[in-house]
Amino acid sequence: MAAPTSDTAPPPVRVPGRTPVRRGPVSGVWRPRNVLVIVVASLVLLLALAVNIGRGEFPISIPEVLAVLFGGGDAGQQFIVLELRLPRSLTGLLVGGALAVSGAILQSIARNPLASPDIIGITWGASAAAVTLIVLGGSGLVGSLAAVGLPIAALVGGLVTAVLIYTLSWRRGIQGFRLVLVGIGINAMLAALVNWLLIIAQVYEAARAQVWLNGSLNARGWEHVVPVGLALVILVPAALVLSFVMGALQYSDDTAKALGVRVNTARSLLLLVAVGLAAVATAGAGPIVFVALVAPQIAQRLVGSARPPIGASLVIGAALTVISDVIARTAFGAVELPVGVVTAVLGAPYLLYLLIRQGREARA
Amino acid sequence: MTSTRTETTAQGEQTDRVRLAAEGVRLGYGDRTIVDDLDLEVLHGTVTAVIGPNGCGKSTLLRALGRLLAPTKGHVLLDGRRIDRMPTKEVATVLGLLPQAPTAPEGLTVGDLVARGRHPHQAWYRQWSGDDEEAVAEALAWTGIADLAERPVDELSGGQRQRAWISMALAQGTELLLLDEPTTFLDLAHQVEVLELVDRLHTERGRTVVMVLHDLNLAARYADRLVAMRDGRIMASGTPAEVITEPLLREVFGLDARVVPDPVAGTPLVVPIGTHRV
Repeated sequence: MAAPTSDTAPPPVRVPGRTPVRRGPVSGVWRPRNVLVIVVASLVLLLALAVNIGRGEFPISIPEVLAVLFGGGDAGQQFIVLELRLPRSLTGLLVGGALAVSGAILQSIARNPLASPDIIGITWGASAAAVTLIVLGGSGLVGSLAAVGLPIAALVGGLVTAVLIYTLSWRRGIQGFRLVLVGIGINAMLAALVNWLLIIAQVYEAARAQVWLNGSLNARGWEHVVPVGLALVILVPAALVLSFVMGALQYSDDTAKALGVRVNTARSLLLLVAVGLAAVATAGAGPIVFVALVAPQIAQRLVGSARPPIGASLVIGAALTVISDVIARTAFGAVELPVGVVTAVLGAPYLLYLLIRQGREARA
Repeated sequence: MTSTRTETTAQGEQTDRVRLAAEGVRLGYGDRTIVDDLDLEVLHGTVTAVIGPNGCGKSTLLRALGRLLAPTKGHVLLDGRRIDRMPTKEVATVLGLLPQAPTAPEGLTVGDLVARGRHPHQAWYRQWSGDDEEAVAEALAWTGIADLAERPVDELSGGQRQRAWISMALAQGTELLLLDEPTTFLDLAHQVEVLELVDRLHTERGRTVVMVLHDLNLAARYADRLVAMRDGRIMASGTPAEVITEPLLREVFGLDARVVPDPVAGTPLVVPIGTHRV
């Protein structure tokens, strides 16, 4: 049928703002701003990584770091970069990316920018489990037992907390605001539990737990990179596949169901992926706060989308964490801060802004 | 869309075919029963309006017909099959539903909203096929909002927004469409505009429509069949002339009124009777 003539009608029908990309059975919408944000953020990330690796007792210039990263440099530089400094930065990168994707998913399914794993208690759930292990495991908990035990404890703690929050906020469905409120309550209880554990612990274990609790990238090696990396390799593609239904979950439950989405199944799967990412990240570097809250929101604003984009959140979360680590390592000269302290200082004002804005909306 | 319609008629089915039916359904939330033992048949190619006072169970019934609420007793049948046993995605290609006052995510564009209607036809790797694009472009043009495609939904006026949602339902390409009070929060001119659109969906696109409406005069004009509900029961159903009668208005709405022929459409027109100004 002939389309009605309009002033700029090209032969095939086009929808403004939705340029197609198609290859065989695969199709999608070309979002140039999304791609641009990912490319620019990746470049920033690479630069931050090079700066972070270059700093230290034996400074290495950025071009030299980049040369080593791409296969050049002398043996000494290769050892320092690849064995000593890269694993730390890479852990930061992966942990930041995982947290940001986790936040992007939670914010989408709760339809609330406050829903991030560190606000609604999932990170603290993972931490509480890990601290319990550190404190009760005592000094016997070293080496491979700690390396395997901590991530598993954190994962279990995160999952149990998520199930608890989900069950408590369930009332004929899930409402974002109730999920956030219940989560904040659970968060406070878990924080109290962690404090109690620190009080009853032996001094040595308490100190170890405290360092871990501040979210530190200190002394991270390849044994920390591998588990987080593996988790990302599995969970990020899962998140990208599920982001298709995530788009429909942005609407009311009734609309999503009418569109043929099995709302509760889809949301449970997404929650599982989000909790998995947050827990693995927490196990890797302790609870690095605010990255999961802030990165998806920055990504959403830069991309100009109606929900936090997964890809851009990943890169921005990674860049944010590596930049925070640069600051943590260099801002106070010889004294290295845990990276979590820096992300907290950077992220807290944003949280205040969100709370004030939501308070206004609730009153309006 | 045309192909599916010819397919169904090729199976030799008539317009009196029952598309959607409720059989002895009991509906409620928690312990509270709102609708009990209700039967309803929706015929192919008709526009049915459900009317009744606030809280009579109209929206509850519509949600059950659209499988958003599971009956605690009885069944809902879509083309003779139990709707709760059909894959929800399959239902979504035949039956569309627009909730009352639907909300879109902040900042979403009209084009993205209407494209969301294609969800049941898509998969994670196939999110914008040629068919999708054609259906969305057509739905936008048909509802007269093609030039708004790149505008955020929350910047639209109430009437435009409702057209965008109807456009989304159109892009979904379902033969059946359930609308829960599509005219709420709209002024009279936009109410008529939306109902004209619904009427065109029916006459030009052959859609079968069930809608909940508040305005009796508009319901009488735009629906082939009316279903009048009170306290979760159907008090009367039939053509507007059969349902909109003075005794029934008193029984269902507790309203004293005269019913006269609508000078424009000839359908029943309700003229309420008060006390002082009569």
